[in-house]
Amino acid sequence: MSDAHYAVGIDLGTTHCALSYVELNHSDEQVAQQIMGIPQLISPGNVEDRPLLPSFLYLPHPNEFAENDLMLPWSSQQHFATGELARQQGAKTPIRLVSSAKSWLCHPGVDRRAGIIPLDAPEEIEKVSPLQASIRYLEHLRDAWNFQHPDAPLAQQAVTITVPASFDPAARDLTAEAARTIGLENYILLEEPQAALYSWLHAFQTDWRKQVKINDIILVVDLGGGTTDLSLIAVTEQDGNLNLHRIAVGDHILLGGDNMDLALAHVLAAKLAREGTRLEPWQLQGITHGCRTAKETLLADPTVEAVPVVVPSRGSRLIGGTLRTELTRAEVTQTIVEGFFPKVAVTDQPVSRARGALTKLGLPYAQDAAITRHLAAFLTRQSSATTELQGFENALPAGANFLHPTAVLFNGGVFKAPILSDRICEVVNSWLQAEGAPDIRVLEGADLDLAVAKGAAYYGYVRRGKGVRIRGGTASAYYIGVESAMPAVPGLEPPIQALCVAPFGMEEGTRAELPEQTFGLVVGEPVRFRFFGSSVRREDQVGSLLDFWSPDELEELEEIEINLPAENRSPGEVVPVQLQAAITEMGTLNVEAVSSNGEHWKVEFDARGNN
Amino acid sequence: MSKSRPGFFVRIFLAPGVYFRYLFSGDFAAAVVGLEKKESAKGIEETKEQAAEPAKVVETAPLKEASPDSALQLLGLLQQEGRFIDFIEEDVNQYSDADIGAAVRVVHEGCRKALHDHINTVSIREEAEGSRVTLPEGFDASSIRLSGNVVGQAPFTGTLIHRGWQVKEIKLPKLAEGHNVSVLAPAEVEL
Repeated sequence: MSDAHYAVGIDLGTTHCALSYVELNHSDEQVAQQIMGIPQLISPGNVEDRPLLPSFLYLPHPNEFAENDLMLPWSSQQHFATGELARQQGAKTPIRLVSSAKSWLCHPGVDRRAGIIPLDAPEEIEKVSPLQASIRYLEHLRDAWNFQHPDAPLAQQAVTITVPASFDPAARDLTAEAARTIGLENYILLEEPQAALYSWLHAFQTDWRKQVKINDIILVVDLGGGTTDLSLIAVTEQDGNLNLHRIAVGDHILLGGDNMDLALAHVLAAKLAREGTRLEPWQLQGITHGCRTAKETLLADPTVEAVPVVVPSRGSRLIGGTLRTELTRAEVTQTIVEGFFPKVAVTDQPVSRARGALTKLGLPYAQDAAITRHLAAFLTRQSSATTELQGFENALPAGANFLHPTAVLFNGGVFKAPILSDRICEVVNSWLQAEGAPDIRVLEGADLDLAVAKGAAYYGYVRRGKGVRIRGGTASAYYIGVESAMPAVPGLEPPIQALCVAPFGMEEGTRAELPEQTFGLVVGEPVRFRFFGSSVRREDQVGSLLDFWSPDELEELEEIEINLPAENRSPGEVVPVQLQAAITEMGTLNVEAVSSNGEHWKVEFDARGNN
Repeated sequence: MSKSRPGFFVRIFLAPGVYFRYLFSGDFAAAVVGLEKKESAKGIEETKEQAAEPAKVVETAPLKEASPDSALQLLGLLQQEGRFIDFIEEDVNQYSDADIGAAVRVVHEGCRKALHDHINTVSIREEAEGSRVTLPEGFDASSIRLSGNVVGQAPFTGTLIHRGWQVKEIKLPKLAEGHNVSVLAPAEVEL
């Protein structure tokens, strides 16, 4: 740790990656922060530095590119492409394109270590696993870094990799595994909304204490290309200093800026269809691309009423074959503002309908596109998030239906359009006013595109005791499913109890107590346990045994599996063990089986998607 | 005479060039250092040889042959992003202005992006076109062109017709060894 020269922050995003860094041996408050230009192929044989690396992986046909066309400054023997070229080529040949690997990484229904993506790839294409894809992006960033810093290899730096706050323990574990695979030793994981707040803190230096006050509850709304991530951070006081305390995180919502562009493209496609033009798939992609820029123009400038969207022909004849339509202000308002940010009541719940069996293999995209409804559900669910927190006893009036945030920090390029952040404030304020609470304040001055990477790098600096740190620990309590001892009833599954092994809010580098309950493990036979998490049960302690819970209190995660090796023991022997949870320094959850004489075995998350 | 002895202002602009050549061209610096040594060793008698030596140094800086690679690269970028070649090569006479207008949006948006991403262009004069400007003595004749009634001595006062463009920074993609830049857009075959 002491030989690290830089604190490096890596935003391993669903649609883009970025890398930021600060020099660690800086004595003054003004830490110089930089964004690394990431060399990447922008077309065959052309390498350019870009601040963002699109998180796409293209698996080309052996005859597809000329020799050396996939060459990077550090490698001539690459048989795949990442970044801009991958995105562009993949738009034309989607069967060879890996995208949204990060969303697959936390998809509990699939085996994350098996070659499963691209989903629609024909047999001759060797598919990759979501884990491998993440490793490839990290490798690209590592090689780019090492190429630019030959004297300070990434493996020796203090690296912070961001993950969605809503990532479950298995997905965090897989991200950590990817980091280890590329040779990192000194790495930690940080939640993205926290990283965004760190970046904001850094931008204001010591002045941030004037922007927030004690008993503030900051809502972080992080709207990425593919996901929406929500967190609540409370401002507390200790010994006269302001402290930050992350008190709750939202569910994993697969809904982001890309959905908005796609929604607009379908609006325009329908309009063209009414005029008698049917779009081919490549034209729809062109329209989606055109909608992105048109949307940005319309949302940024209220005087513009319509922006033309043009899809050029694919052939060399440009003029005759060009398809022209236009995106109007009414369409954008209707589709984006009313479609994704409708005015809803705080009691509204996101609509979810039963999925058909056919969609099972795909990504579990959010079924309700209304971000405000997801936000309402989150704040309602977390209405008691501050009850345990000192100084917040009277934060909520009696009979409040939801947790009242007092400030909001927006993150994500989508919010470059003030109309969208304004709309969220308007909706939240309508909820607050109904319960007699003051309006929410916006924390201004965030870097919407690069805040996560920047905040992650700054966090590496903060960890050395040079600035305020956000506390909070894990945002879930974890439970093991235990079959209760009851006489068997034919046709009924034996009821299950949930045994708490890790309480809410465990800090990094701490170990939970040993629960009293022991389990008999059979040597040489894998034993599996059902595993649960709860983002609302803050009061359960290690050893708490739940007989009953409501469906939205506990969420079933993937099973965990223990395999006692036969060393020093005979197969079939039964060993009594207790299950102990720990949060590693890296920020991952570790469950171990501990025998009475102190032997330890790691319990693995089953990332194979069998549940 | 004027050929071998450039004027004072020209020399002002030449001087920093030599400075940078000292800095970045080891060969040049070595040659000049060698010259100075020779000079002190051989004395003033050998003026003829001395005169020949500096002349040789000047001659080693011939007109640069512009490498076509970066020109082709830029054309490739304009084609990729803004369909530049497609547009220029098309016969516009057979189309209505509306059709051409639709296509121009593609060309304008794309070429603008390609240009802005790779070349940082700034205007030379900040004043509004049509306003009166005064050029002091010793203005840079390579970045400001006089026209019309060009007589008398500086300072010159006149009307700014065009603000001028100057490239501040150029940043082209790096090329893979053996990459064929003469292919501006590959033929595309859909399977």
